[in-house]
Amino acid sequence: MNITLNNREETLDTNKEILSIAELFELKKFSFKNLVVKINGTLVKRDEYQSAYFKNGDKVDVIHMISGG
Amino acid sequence: MNFEEIKSVLKGKTAGIAGCGGLGSNSAVALARTGIGRLIIADFDKVDESNLNRQYFFYSQVGQYKAEALKENISRINPSVKVEAHIIKLQPADIMALYKECDIIIEAFDKAEMKQMIVETVSEKMPGMPIVCGVGMAGWGKNELIKVEKFDDIYVVGDGITEVSDETPVLAPRVCTVANMMANTALELLIGEMK
Repeated sequence: MNITLNNREETLDTNKEILSIAELFELKKFSFKNLVVKINGTLVKRDEYQSAYFKNGDKVDVIHMISGG
Repeated sequence: MNFEEIKSVLKGKTAGIAGCGGLGSNSAVALARTGIGRLIIADFDKVDESNLNRQYFFYSQVGQYKAEALKENISRINPSVKVEAHIIKLQPADIMALYKECDIIIEAFDKAEMKQMIVETVSEKMPGMPIVCGVGMAGWGKNELIKVEKFDDIYVVGDGITEVSDETPVLAPRVCTVANMMANTALELLIGEMK
């Protein structure tokens, strides 16, 4: 599956037609806390990570917030 | 655009600044010097001696509320800026109420969970509102890692990776670099790109 992840073209190693955000994190080995996630510009909250899906060609943003300021 | 033209556009603009620590105090001062019309600033905390390594306060202000001390400092730099100072620990409903008239919001919290909270609130409840965030400015050096990334209306400034820790404290040079890049991003959004 080819998506735009954080403004970069990304090929995901999967045979599935659609993937959830939780599956993306597993595939990419993301284990960060405090993420802001969007699919095609729409916010995906933490309790929607299992139920929010994206497909080939979609734009996914995963912004990792860290402390300091 | 000459400076008079820049000031005449900026005079009609309002920036909301969420947090008056290293990012908030320094970006507010940069926007005040440039001639922003109105700043809505908020912070619940008081100035501590340990803040003076990066925040735009003076030794004599230790113990004062940051929002009030910052308002005072801005008035000494540019008294024509209207500053609304709120002593408050911002929650989603406050952000929507206090910053609804803003042209832009600057996220200037220190804690990751607060950064996430405001970016999610603005993205979900205030569609079209640009928000500039600071993510990753602890430590020193590594200028080449500091950048601006755009995600729709979210502008993320910083190196994205260096979290504050015992071995990577937050210090004036890098924090002020990011704070001023945030103000510079805000300026570009408020007055348009430099030709």
